[in-house]
Amino acid sequence: MDQKTRKTAPAKGVGRRKVITGLAAVGGAAMGSRLLPGYVPYIQAQSSEPIKIGFQVHRTGIGAAYGNWYDRTTTAAAKVINDAGGINGRPLEIITEDDGTDPKRGAEVVEKFATLHKADIVYGTLFSNVVIGSAPRAGELKIPYFVVSEGHHVASGGLNRYTLQPGITDVKSQVAAMAPWVAANLGKKVTMIFPDFAFGHDHRDFFTEAMAGQGGEVIETIAVPPTESAFFRYFPKIPRETEVLYHVMVGPAVLTFVKEMGEFYGDTRPEIFGFIDSLEAVDLNSPGLEFLDGTYFWEGHRRYAGDNPTAFELNYREKVGVDMNGASVDNARDVATYSHMFGCWETLHIIKAGMEAAGYQGPADRAKLIEAVEAMTDIPESEAHPQGAKVFNGKTHQTFGHQNITKVANRRLDLVHRTSIEDGLYPDEVDYTTQPL
Amino acid sequence: MNGRLLDRALLLHLGVIAGLIVLQYWLPAYHHGIVARVLVLASFALGYNILFGYTGLLSLGHALFFGAGVYGAGMVMREFGWPASAALVSGILSAALVSLVVGFLALRTVGVAFMIVTLMFAQTGYLTSLLFNRYTRGDEGFVIPQAARAIGPFDLSDSTTRYFAALLLFAICLLIKLALVRSSTGRVLVSIRENEERSRMLGYNIFRYKLLALVISGAFAGAAGAMYALLFGYVGATFVSIQYSIFPLLWVLLGGAGTVLGPLVGTLLMFYLVDLTSGIAAASLLAVGVVLVILILWFPKGVLGAVRERALPWLP
Amino acid sequence: MAAVLALTALGLSLVFGVMRVVNVAHGEFFMLGAVLAWWFANLVVGNPALGFLIALVGSPLVVGALALVADRLVLKRLDYNPEATIVATIGMLYILQQLALTFYGPDARPVVAPISFRVQFPWFGYSGYKLVVVAASAIVLLGVWVLLARTKIGLIMRATQYDRETAQAFGIRVDRVYAGVFALGAMLAAVAAVLIVPIQQAYYLMGQDPLLLSFIVVIVGGLGSLRGTVVAAIFIGMSDGIISVFFSPTLAKILATLLVAMVLVYRPQGLFGARDT
Repeated sequence: MDQKTRKTAPAKGVGRRKVITGLAAVGGAAMGSRLLPGYVPYIQAQSSEPIKIGFQVHRTGIGAAYGNWYDRTTTAAAKVINDAGGINGRPLEIITEDDGTDPKRGAEVVEKFATLHKADIVYGTLFSNVVIGSAPRAGELKIPYFVVSEGHHVASGGLNRYTLQPGITDVKSQVAAMAPWVAANLGKKVTMIFPDFAFGHDHRDFFTEAMAGQGGEVIETIAVPPTESAFFRYFPKIPRETEVLYHVMVGPAVLTFVKEMGEFYGDTRPEIFGFIDSLEAVDLNSPGLEFLDGTYFWEGHRRYAGDNPTAFELNYREKVGVDMNGASVDNARDVATYSHMFGCWETLHIIKAGMEAAGYQGPADRAKLIEAVEAMTDIPESEAHPQGAKVFNGKTHQTFGHQNITKVANRRLDLVHRTSIEDGLYPDEVDYTTQPL
Repeated sequence: MNGRLLDRALLLHLGVIAGLIVLQYWLPAYHHGIVARVLVLASFALGYNILFGYTGLLSLGHALFFGAGVYGAGMVMREFGWPASAALVSGILSAALVSLVVGFLALRTVGVAFMIVTLMFAQTGYLTSLLFNRYTRGDEGFVIPQAARAIGPFDLSDSTTRYFAALLLFAICLLIKLALVRSSTGRVLVSIRENEERSRMLGYNIFRYKLLALVISGAFAGAAGAMYALLFGYVGATFVSIQYSIFPLLWVLLGGAGTVLGPLVGTLLMFYLVDLTSGIAAASLLAVGVVLVILILWFPKGVLGAVRERALPWLP
Repeated sequence: MAAVLALTALGLSLVFGVMRVVNVAHGEFFMLGAVLAWWFANLVVGNPALGFLIALVGSPLVVGALALVADRLVLKRLDYNPEATIVATIGMLYILQQLALTFYGPDARPVVAPISFRVQFPWFGYSGYKLVVVAASAIVLLGVWVLLARTKIGLIMRATQYDRETAQAFGIRVDRVYAGVFALGAMLAAVAAVLIVPIQQAYYLMGQDPLLLSFIVVIVGGLGSLRGTVVAAIFIGMSDGIISVFFSPTLAKILATLLVAMVLVYRPQGLFGARDT
């Protein structure tokens, strides 16, 4: 359905745009549609048929540590949804395929979901290159593709109308939200250390821009090759007047990085601020991380539950099987990728809400599902959204949420600041709703 | 060519192409997509086989040529807005040029040194694609918009068109290769593989023949790379990574080095093997490894090599 | 860094020098050494130094035994044909890597250093453990040198390297020498890995970088030349650092890789290799 027909025939849908602000309302609309005469028998006729969700997971390759936890969170969320009656009364079925964290294989997996498994949608991708490699196929096959990647690729306009990121904030927004606090509390002269690939460059560009807006300045940028395993030779490049050292290092070498940073600085160091990405799935009690004490981190979702977690948060931890320290309940050393995997939980719930709002019956309703999700705006904190409230931008297909800044103390992460959603907003770069469905 | 235009070898290859045309109407959607991919990748393997199977040069750097095709097509579309047809040509020429330069240097070495030099050059290419991140978007890569992926009236993102585009590429590569291996040039290449010294003494300029084989091989790889980018819309550093140097070797070994159709068989088998095992954790690359070891131990000549030895000695 | 590099590269060089085969799975032996070090170190709770020592002995032994099996089952059957060996070891690379992923998992895991102190220089600090690594590597290198130059085993190895047929005619069991050399090469990689693990972490994809670096070192140093390998390792370990001061690190890697390719093109025997080996 394109823009024109939608305008001229609003009665065809469920009248979404007017009705819905917020998830509760979305649920209400779904209930309403179910009460319409004619809908009921149809839904019941289909009720035994599961809704198939193709889960593209990084089981092998560089993303395997994340993939493991994405898998666990997805399984937990699907169970919760199924226990509560599924989607439109139909159970969810998660079909998993490994993409090897490889963009070429990713595209093939999307194809496999669409044509072989006859999945209703594809979901769950983390690594940006896999998202970008797979999205063209999803667009061509007109299968909704829900990514949980935190990359800026969706909101940058480079992808297509069938690709959405409703469950996790993108890196541009995360970085922009950090800058005011860093400039106000840590210092104005920043040196950045980041991996020499696209994700690191996004950090460099967005943070430099955001810092300039706060009267701060990035005085040096140090790009490190993605597979680097020794860092001592980079530290002498850090200018001595540096007030804040900003590091984001996705990769297994992070312990080395921290250790060598400690050896380099000893007791006299600038303020240090990092993105938790590199320490996801890494135990803060690991040897060599002593040096992180007193440094600050961005966390998308707080690994340590803190003093008064919400009921939603407790429920989420219990269902996924994570303890109050962000580790597996049955193995305290098995630390979760806590700052990202909530995106799986929340995205699945968005899919549920979207499908119910659209009165989703089968692949023929995929376009309706996209429109229903695009129509979402305010998403309140709830069991479905334990990380916090979000604002979804239907034009850019990107969600925006709260971010956390935590400080390492006694080998734990304590909250020092929680940003507002507004801190992370930036002007739209694309309007996907103008593209045909 | 030796004049016998309608011999059984030629008929066999035309038959394979005809069979693939028929297949397109018959295959279910998923396998239709797979075969389209396999045909493009098999063209890559065909090119690899010219160098490895016929000339006896084992390159570990063909990702560089494939990548040159991918970027040669992708970059001109992204930066200069070239149409798809021009991008395809650009991809092929880039790869041919790169292989000419690499060949000029690398062919001064032989045996193991040649493998390592080509590996090093490919690694350089991979790192270069990361270095110019601002243009290439490095590891993340970029999308070629669907609207741009059309040649004349043919929308390359449409599944039937894509299948035929892939098949056309494959058929052209296959026939060029068949003509090459049956020409006198092809026989010189084989004689270099069998005994380089003797060929030299017979007065052939070995270096020039090797370079020719490498450039043709590189151009095939580039054509496949450019086509892959156009058909599937993604350009990224992964295509220059070391895996894409190993894959064609694997496909060719599996199908049969030194057979014209071997690469197709090998690519097809390997693709389905990976596809079937990828559902099991960690299994797909493990399968690749096991297949490699088994092949080299018991079937060093690959599927079609074994067929040729036992049943069809005339197989080119 | 250079010291560990020398150890890893030495293993590769030894295998290449004596057996004339390139072991692409060498980096995976390195990885396996590190992963096993983590496993051994965790057998002993409470005393990191003891765990580390067990790892230092146990890990190379296991890796060596595995290499021996690989040699018997695969390489020997291929009659050490150089090209077939490359393909087979690529296969082994994938097998080892994916098995490590399956049984060890995708996480990078640390091993506690047996000792830790920090040496403070005027401008920056330096870890004491790294100095220990350098010393330990030097001892192992010395040991290998003594083995090669002063013992009968070394003599046999060198004889095999020099002329396989003649060695065989003199009653040397060439296949046993090959198996031994292959295992020794793998063990050297494993020792290097155990030493480095407290600095880096054990991770299933960690084999790639040392493999490429070792290649570079072996080539620059001259294929099969022990002295050349050590000198080249130190040279490259240092120069990598120096180049990256002037250029961006990625550019530095490009230049280094190109340089090695060029060395191989114009001086195939390596910088230190003799022309006729």
